[in-house]
Amino acid sequence: MIRLPRHLRLNIRAEGEAAYPDECCGILLGTVDAQDGRTVEELRPVVNTRESGERYHRFRMEADEILLAERFAQSRGLEILGFYHSHPDRPAAPSDYDLEHALPWYSYVIVAVARGKARAVSCWRAADDRSRFIRERMPAVSDDLKRKML
Amino acid sequence: MSVTILIPSALRSFTDRQTSVRVEGKNVGEAVAALAGLYPDIRRHLYDDAGELRPFVNLYLGETNVKNTGGTATPLKDGDELALVPAIAGGSEPALAPSVAGGGERPA
Repeated sequence: MIRLPRHLRLNIRAEGEAAYPDECCGILLGTVDAQDGRTVEELRPVVNTRESGERYHRFRMEADEILLAERFAQSRGLEILGFYHSHPDRPAAPSDYDLEHALPWYSYVIVAVARGKARAVSCWRAADDRSRFIRERMPAVSDDLKRKML
Repeated sequence: MSVTILIPSALRSFTDRQTSVRVEGKNVGEAVAALAGLYPDIRRHLYDDAGELRPFVNLYLGETNVKNTGGTATPLKDGDELALVPAIAGGSEPALAPSVAGGGERPA
């Protein structure tokens, strides 16, 4: 289960709309409890470094960015929980290409953007053998509720 | 040479949740092979079927990605720290009608 506060969910939707018709991408930073419940605390947008003619259906985050994010997260007592990206004019569901490139454990948030307007948001995790994606529960968490939880 | 490999969160489930692992190796390739020897379940995430490191696997010696220097032949010295860092990629399928965009959770 992953908690993605409403304001961060809105940020992901806005990034997807701003990048349209290309894919946006970024990093989810947060905490993990003893039951593997995850809470996203911050987003770290990352430049999609795929070639301009490919960005409409592909994204890539360079390892240099991941290393910087890892160090930044450690300095804040957070860790990289996973990543987000948009699917322009495609469903909010992982593709075969996503699965080929997925790593286990990480949470993958996908926002569908249809004709420039953000639609569904979903979250997925790859099975340990990377044979498939498993839907990760992402209950709606209002910012007020999150503040009460802290 | 005794070196430390820093493990990304995605692969810690294969290293008993350890964030770093000490291994022996004269160069980067030997150190990674030693890691896979200690934790065999991590091997398929590091190597492809041909036994080559997967393209998304990056190893940093300090601030330097060894892909830009000597690759797996990069020599190591005692006490070096290697950070194992994945590059991340993905994307949607190339051909689907826009009308299918939907089906996930709607924002609150």
